[in-house]
Amino acid sequence: MPEILERRMMSSSTLHASAPLHAPEMVEHGRLRTEEMVLNMGPQHPSTHGVLRLEVVLDGEVVVDVIPHIGYLHRCFEKHTEHLTYPQIIPYVDRMDYIAAMSGEHGYVTAVERMMNIEVPEKVEYIRVLFAELQRIASHLIAIGTYGLDAGAFTPFLYCFRDRETILEMFEKTCGARFLYNYMWVGGLSHDLHPDVLGMCRDFVKKSRETHREINELLTFNHIFVQRTAGIGVLDPQVAVNAGASGPMLRSTGVEWDIRKNDPYSIYDRFDFEVAVGSSKLATLGDAFNRHWVRMLEWEQSLNIIEQILEQYPVHDTTDVQSAIPKRIKPPVGEIYSRTETPRGELGYYIVSKGDVKPWRVKVRSPAFSNLSILPIISRGYLVADLVVILGSIDIVLGEVDR
Amino acid sequence: MTQHEIVGQLHAAFGERLGAWREMTGGSSYQRRMGSHLEIADPSSIRDLAFYLRDDPSLDFNNLMLLSSLDNADGTLSIVYHVESTRLGHQIALKATFSAEDASVPSVTSVWAHANWHEREAWDMMGIHFEGHPDLRRMLLDEDYPGHPLRKDFKEPDFYHGMKVPY
Repeated sequence: MPEILERRMMSSSTLHASAPLHAPEMVEHGRLRTEEMVLNMGPQHPSTHGVLRLEVVLDGEVVVDVIPHIGYLHRCFEKHTEHLTYPQIIPYVDRMDYIAAMSGEHGYVTAVERMMNIEVPEKVEYIRVLFAELQRIASHLIAIGTYGLDAGAFTPFLYCFRDRETILEMFEKTCGARFLYNYMWVGGLSHDLHPDVLGMCRDFVKKSRETHREINELLTFNHIFVQRTAGIGVLDPQVAVNAGASGPMLRSTGVEWDIRKNDPYSIYDRFDFEVAVGSSKLATLGDAFNRHWVRMLEWEQSLNIIEQILEQYPVHDTTDVQSAIPKRIKPPVGEIYSRTETPRGELGYYIVSKGDVKPWRVKVRSPAFSNLSILPIISRGYLVADLVVILGSIDIVLGEVDR
Repeated sequence: MTQHEIVGQLHAAFGERLGAWREMTGGSSYQRRMGSHLEIADPSSIRDLAFYLRDDPSLDFNNLMLLSSLDNADGTLSIVYHVESTRLGHQIALKATFSAEDASVPSVTSVWAHANWHEREAWDMMGIHFEGHPDLRRMLLDEDYPGHPLRKDFKEPDFYHGMKVPY
């Protein structure tokens, strides 16, 4: 035996003096003593995209169970609504899904308008849909960028944030805020569209198609990225519907379900676009790769919608965007469940009115909350290193999960 | 199926255990569709009803959109189920009302997995106990938080863990 090997064996036996290793026994399978271990992930962990704590039960490197603990960002949204009038709630809605505040506002004002039976001017609807779709792209850019970051790709993240900046600039020009807008009001908007925005949009669509191609080359079809994501965290379509998945999470399983098509709101029925679904040709249906892929496709579809809006937009319409805002926002006695499609999925508001200026009860069905509840189902049996990739593919926003 | 046909079928199958069909009048057509609800007179039959809603081929309510809880401020609490069939494209809402004291209803987590976290939230916020729930812990608040904040008679404690609660 070479001297160096002898020395190493000696040192290892002295290190493990209390439990001496017997080499021949180690390789006999079935005799290895395994023990379940509980690992705590978060709440301060970069890959949790906020403050989420995961209690992970591990058998070696294999995930046996995941128990999410949420509530670190709970700001009592539903309790606050009891003390606020309907328009005062809008800024709170912004702070739920702070990555896609426009989409959250759109859902909320749609719900209240449906309760009060308000007809919104056509121009307002065009601006709302334009901004909702821009917001969808901005949100997906963050999802795609940070997902690359989770898997170890840094460059696409910078490309995504560069493009997102253009969108935020358009929002800033129009309503003065970059993230939390309070832009969509019940019956109208706070400001008219800034005259520069349509031109900026035209340039943006062109540039964004270019970025889309680049991200596909850099990230989507990158060998390492595909190896990390394909076949990981597979979700069955039956389970997905039963467990309340929505948005890209549901569509990646091959279920063609989009509120914009299946239960149209605003003026989405005027635009020609496809519902992006996962592809079984690229990877397993419902896996982490397909969730990313659906976001890439939706980005393209949103660009298509924006192009159609730019063609159809009533440029010479001088309607005041605040003309349909009622003097008193006081929905009649009744209740409603109203839902819209945000970048993360089905955002629903269950609002009960007792004929007061304040709602009696507002309950939010936040898509990220429902999607996160599926995490234990899709991560069992995968490696702990895959857990970060699976979590990233769900695209949660903790502000919306905890409300 | 229209909502009237669904209600007719459910009344035929469950009879006395269901209550009246509360239809919204006025408002938008969307609100008439999504704001009307069927009352459940006997809350203890919720799970049977849920299995029937999901498994009957002509109803096929495979998607629980939302489970919400509600305090009516008259000593009763309500729980509302908004269900829909993604294949047949129809929706309906069901509402059960029961006394706020010892509020307890059967869990529907075994029917729709989506109910799991929403029932935990209803327990956390409204103090409704769900019989047969696999893991009924508080969802958002601390385990030792006093009371259930979304009840209308909830008084915010002055001190929590020895710390003064602001405002």
